[in-house]
Amino acid sequence: MAEAHRPNPWRQFLDRPNTDRTKTVGIALLVAVVCGLSVSIAAVALRPLIAANVVAERQALMSAMLAGLPGIGEILEEAGADAAEIAIVDLGSGTLADTIDPADFDQAAIAADPATSTALDRAEDLAGIGRRENLAQVYMVRRDGELALVVLPIYGNGYQSTIRAYLALEADLQTVAAFTVYEQGETPGLGARIAEPAWQAQWAGKTASRDGEVVIEVVRDGAEGPHEVDGISGASVTGYAVTDMIHFWLGPMGFGPWLDRLRQGEL
Amino acid sequence: MLKSLQVITDPLLDKNPVSVHILGICSALAVTTSVATALTLSLALIVVLTVAAGLISLIRHHIPTSIRLIVQITIIASLVIVADQLLQAFAYEMSQRLSVFVSLIATNCIVLGRTEAFALHNRPMPSMLDALGNGAGYALVLLVVASIRELFGAGTLLGYGVLPLVADGGWYQPMRLMLLAPSAFIILGLLVWAVRSLRPVQQETREFVPYEPERQVQP
Repeated sequence: MAEAHRPNPWRQFLDRPNTDRTKTVGIALLVAVVCGLSVSIAAVALRPLIAANVVAERQALMSAMLAGLPGIGEILEEAGADAAEIAIVDLGSGTLADTIDPADFDQAAIAADPATSTALDRAEDLAGIGRRENLAQVYMVRRDGELALVVLPIYGNGYQSTIRAYLALEADLQTVAAFTVYEQGETPGLGARIAEPAWQAQWAGKTASRDGEVVIEVVRDGAEGPHEVDGISGASVTGYAVTDMIHFWLGPMGFGPWLDRLRQGEL
Repeated sequence: MLKSLQVITDPLLDKNPVSVHILGICSALAVTTSVATALTLSLALIVVLTVAAGLISLIRHHIPTSIRLIVQITIIASLVIVADQLLQAFAYEMSQRLSVFVSLIATNCIVLGRTEAFALHNRPMPSMLDALGNGAGYALVLLVVASIRELFGAGTLLGYGVLPLVADGGWYQPMRLMLLAPSAFIILGLLVWAVRSLRPVQQETREFVPYEPERQVQP
């Protein structure tokens, strides 16, 4: 008899009228929890697959960029895909860290660890990244033993996302061979157009730095001369961000010291 | 049986959500530059719409009226996120081409429109059939527009060359306009006009009669 008077709480809850406040809050909570759980489970379960896709796409972009460069594509074709050798640069001293095996190198982990990264103060932090890793990966392509191309992976804070790109420099370490954005989340149709090949094509042959000073700049309109690149209208902030991140990574806190040593033939 | 069949076939032409109710236009313009993207987005929308209609219909008796829209949108948005994640995991390149439009399924008026108008008042099976039919109606319009745009804009269909391009030594000069958003408006407009000419029932009554002042007759 007791059961008839006291149905289980779940039934009791469902039997409440739909206008009841407890039921309204309860249903809202239930829906939120179930939806939240399913979204989280999907995100966690699929994360490794998505991450693998992102890495594969990045490598494909890198290969496509290298293959499309005049003179470099042929080297790679002759020597195979391994012609782009990976090196780890100690950004602080500007030397190559030969002791580290690139296969085990995890730049994201190094950037996240306070012991292996350097805090940047505001004046230095052009790229808006807060901390800079002490070790960074670069790619080098050699032709007959001579350095032909250096590819620097660079990143920085854009208008609403982190922009990640490859900056390829020619053997003089001053001329841009190519600039390829491989990850960004800028405004679709405006800032996101920095990922378009048509915009990136105008970078080839520009002068990134002259006499140790970084000169390249994304300008608002009417690029003139070898160190100016036409920005995208409606995306000034993204343009400034790209300029700043290149200035940072080619500057004294970025690859600057290493590039100087390379240029003087010390390495 | 016949009735449930009608629930599916009606939205294809007579109650098509795009050409009759003019819903879901935003994505219909954006993803119809090629048949492949239109097909993928249509499939994603059909899956999201059907599952959402089923779930909402299942709990329809317990959705408080005051928060029903929020509950529906929460369910729809969660399904959209899951669909987006699945696309990114198993069809990464396609998800990059569709960019934000998969996430924008959540704001597609067809989804909320069908769950609000149909799933909230019907049993799960008819609701899912209705969702399937409306999804198919959306897909049909998208595919028609996308076929026209891809064929005349790039000379291909599903990526296979159909019209030989001038660039490859053929005779067809691609119409760049077809790949731009305005062409989708034009094609969609022509499509709606064609359908309504064939089916005069679909023509809407005039909402107002323009005011015409009486002409003053000069003596």
